[in-house]
Amino acid sequence: MTLAPDTTRPIFVAQDVTRVFRTGAVEVRALRGVTLSLQEGEMVVLLGASGSGKSTFMNILGGLDKPTEGQVFFRETELTRASDAELTRYRRDHVGFVFQFYNLVPSLTACENVALVTEIARNPLRPEAALELMGLGGRLDHFPAELSGGEQQRVAIARAIAKQPDVLLCDEPTGALDSKTGVQVLEALCRVNEELGTATVLITHNADIQRIAHRVVTLTDGRVSSDEPNTARVSPAEVSW
Amino acid sequence: MKALDRKLLRDLRRIWAQSLAIAMVLACGIMIMVAAQSTQRALTGTQAAYYDHHRFADIFAQATRAPNGLLAEIAEIDGVAQVDGRISFHAVLDIDGVGAPAMGRIVSMPPDPSVGLNVPLVRRGRLPDPDQLSQIALNEPFAEAHGLVPGSTLRAVLNGQLRELEVTGWVLSPEFIYTVAPGMMMPDDSRFGVIWLNEAGAAALKDMEGAFNDVALRLARGADTRAVIAELDHLLEPFGGVGAQPRTDQTSHAFLDSELQQLGALALFLPPIFLLVAGFLVNMVLTRLIAMERAQIGLMRALGYHRLEIGAHYMKLAGLIGVLGLAIGWGAGWWLGEGMLAIYGDFFRFPFLMRDPALGAVALSGALGLLAVFLGAFRAMNAAIRLAPAEAMSPPAPPRFSRGRADRLLVALRLRQSAMMILRSILRWPGRAAITVLGVSMSVGVLVSSYFVFDAIAVVQERVFDQGNRQQVTLALASAEPARAVEDAYALPGVVAAEGGYAVPVRLINGHRTHLTAMQAHGEGAQLARLIDDYTGPVTLPGAGLVLPERLARNLDVRPGSRVQVELLTPPREVLDLPVTRVIHQSFGGEVHISQAALFEAMRIAPQVNQIHLRVDPAQMAALQERIKTLPAIAGLSDWQDVRDQFDATLNESLLTMALIYTTIGLMIAVGVVYNAARIQLSERSHELATLRVLGFTRAEVGFVLVGEIMLLAVLAVPIGWLLGYQFAQGMVEAISTDVVQLPFAISRRTFAMASIAVLLAALASVLLVRRRLDRVDLASALKARD
Ligand SMILES: Nc1ncnc2c1ncn2[C@@H]1O[C@H](COP(=O)(O)OP(=O)(O)O)[C@@H](O)[C@H]1O
Ligand SMILES: [Mg+2]
Repeated sequence: MTLAPDTTRPIFVAQDVTRVFRTGAVEVRALRGVTLSLQEGEMVVLLGASGSGKSTFMNILGGLDKPTEGQVFFRETELTRASDAELTRYRRDHVGFVFQFYNLVPSLTACENVALVTEIARNPLRPEAALELMGLGGRLDHFPAELSGGEQQRVAIARAIAKQPDVLLCDEPTGALDSKTGVQVLEALCRVNEELGTATVLITHNADIQRIAHRVVTLTDGRVSSDEPNTARVSPAEVSW
Repeated sequence: MKALDRKLLRDLRRIWAQSLAIAMVLACGIMIMVAAQSTQRALTGTQAAYYDHHRFADIFAQATRAPNGLLAEIAEIDGVAQVDGRISFHAVLDIDGVGAPAMGRIVSMPPDPSVGLNVPLVRRGRLPDPDQLSQIALNEPFAEAHGLVPGSTLRAVLNGQLRELEVTGWVLSPEFIYTVAPGMMMPDDSRFGVIWLNEAGAAALKDMEGAFNDVALRLARGADTRAVIAELDHLLEPFGGVGAQPRTDQTSHAFLDSELQQLGALALFLPPIFLLVAGFLVNMVLTRLIAMERAQIGLMRALGYHRLEIGAHYMKLAGLIGVLGLAIGWGAGWWLGEGMLAIYGDFFRFPFLMRDPALGAVALSGALGLLAVFLGAFRAMNAAIRLAPAEAMSPPAPPRFSRGRADRLLVALRLRQSAMMILRSILRWPGRAAITVLGVSMSVGVLVSSYFVFDAIAVVQERVFDQGNRQQVTLALASAEPARAVEDAYALPGVVAAEGGYAVPVRLINGHRTHLTAMQAHGEGAQLARLIDDYTGPVTLPGAGLVLPERLARNLDVRPGSRVQVELLTPPREVLDLPVTRVIHQSFGGEVHISQAALFEAMRIAPQVNQIHLRVDPAQMAALQERIKTLPAIAGLSDWQDVRDQFDATLNESLLTMALIYTTIGLMIAVGVVYNAARIQLSERSHELATLRVLGFTRAEVGFVLVGEIMLLAVLAVPIGWLLGYQFAQGMVEAISTDVVQLPFAISRRTFAMASIAVLLAALASVLLVRRRLDRVDLASALKARD
């Protein structure tokens, strides 16, 4: 089954989002008025130079951070008004994260790292099933240190999808990987997007990866500099590294 | 099991040695608290039950000779439940095969002692037949010391004659748990015994038919002790009453209570130090763990864990360390308590022991122990779980090496780079350095304050024996004699010097405060028995006026310049109004002192003596002892060399055990703190240290950076530890001072040195244990690891 993105129902709406970091006397304007909406089931690639504000924006979408100004809606919920406890609930119930450095808990096995999420989720897959889906059925009892980078990242993806999230936020998930394992990870993400219909935001600075997206958004200096649908999607295997 | 809990257990396993070190520090505090409390409660309970079963009297009084008819009047006093009149006196004892004479307190026993007060408990043999006037029972410790089994005999100088007495049995009595001869400071079971003699026999010996000279009272519940004593004193006064004493002043009870009081103080004094250090250690270790897991905390927040869930996770870790400490502490406390109880039980010869689990102390120690670790943990984690998740996941800003004044100073010193690394690291993690210094200094402090007891004892030995009592023998005369009796003493074998002393029972009165004690009159220029202040040495007695020991002055609320009424409790029974001229510190003894000249002038009588202090040619000692056994004028004798030997033996034995225990637990603090600090330092700087190795530094050079920092902190901690030890020792003096013993405050250089050396060695051993891990660091992976 392949689900097409539903372009009529936005899952995220961001309105004039700015984020200013203050460290001592220095002020960094990471986002300078980002307005953007993302649709249910869509696979969006977020491009931009290092320091352009991609991670900052994604953290705000994921409820890890709050904008200095502007509004962000997840469906009908205004994230910008949510309390810390509400944001925790939101992340717990709706969001799956994948980070560049995998961020696995080193003292837990692959299976336990996934269980970390399934134990608190509302309608989770079994951890074994999620890992199976990522082709890691034989690696359940391995500790992160015993897994390769690609395997670790796939454990991280399994952990992110195990709760059956509404949205998957991936911050440079292939940034630390070689091409072969990078392709495996992208394939896993595309499969989740297609088979489960999970809206996916994928940050990368590898411009070629944009070819697997439904839509490509580019950030420059904290502003959206382009927002284009991708009409010629390719499979991850065709992406050049 | 939840994944998070599994992580917890694995974390704990990874830092098991550190956790154990913390748990041990905590356990030491818990152990002392539980052991001291349970021992104290068990002994107090045993004491109460023993007193109760054996009807230990509430009030004791002595007179010269009162008719038995007076007993009915005493029984009429409001609040008196039971009265026991008896005959009691002291006598010199002569035991076969024992050269030195012993002293006995002889107490008369009614035909059926089981219905009276202070009921003796037969431990061996039987009580004397009521119609056998020369049969006696002995108190067990004395009988045991001389092997006076039932059937054996001893002789006593009674009424001017040497009489043979037959031992029928050994007994114990709640009245004589602690048997201290009059004028002595410690029990000496071979020199002082209690002898129970039939009433009729005692009466015949002392011409006391139909009369008594000693009375014990049991009070009804809720009776007013002071009022009863006042009435009793009033009734006894015409018959030579020397003032009734409440149970609290009864010698045996006062000594026993003093011991129990000290145990109670012990339960409160040291534990807080250990709990405090344990709290700091948890804080230090958790701070590091959380710093290392900062990204994981952010991750878990991102995954949807609430910050309280994450907080609970780290609290659980602290809780597990706490529970481990409690379990060890409770177990060790129970074990130590059992041991202490056995020792004390033996020492006091309680016929039975009522154990007390001290559940209150167990619960309290548990609550305080957990509170300490939780507070430590809370401080460590509070900031971390408050970080916004995005911030937590980004690596912390690299530590800022200050270019402040301190750093410029370092640069100006042109130190070697390894020394520079050590100093910078201390500046970079001042919190950890502070905890290390604090912990090590506490360790030094605990040792100083436990070794100090040896110094205090040495002062007591010097003051009491070397300076205060330079006589070998003190004779107590049966009655006061004119001063020239001292000259007669030179006729005794071997006497090279003799000095007279005079002691009289008095009641000191200041307003509503009164105190029964003895007044000791000192001759001018006395060379043998001298009055000594623990801090300043020999005291010259003022021409007029009184010298009081501190405790007595405090109890009476007087200071130099105040006036005190001194009621003499022997004829002429006058009340003198005298000024207090000086207050001195004395470890033992609560007597009031005056010069003989001043006393006899105030009493308007010719000088008298009732004690004679002798310096004796050692070669003639045996001859003197033989002679004394047959002199009716002599009621008792104390051999100071013997007292001193006894003092040394009793104290050294118990003090050595104590010192060993304190050293162990005191060093536990140093080990716990240093081991943890070193492990944390190693983990924080493994990257840096590995880099040094890669650059070609030898293991020893790299080890120096690790060991050097810790030892530098330890050395810095030593003087602080001295200050703490000084404070602790002062607190200890306060805490364990009772009405019968007041330790002088004195700390020798040797104590400071020994405490420091012990702690530095323990610190060095702990850090070397950690240093070995440097050898196992895999250089390549240490360089790759981000953390
Ligand atoms: N916690 C923070 N504190 C201060 N500045 C920050 C913080 N996070 C990000 N920034 C700054 O905001 C800007 C955008 O950062 P980021 O969103 O991480 O960029 P990207 O992910 O596109 O590389 C950068 O200049 C970065 O230094
Ligand atoms: Mg980024």
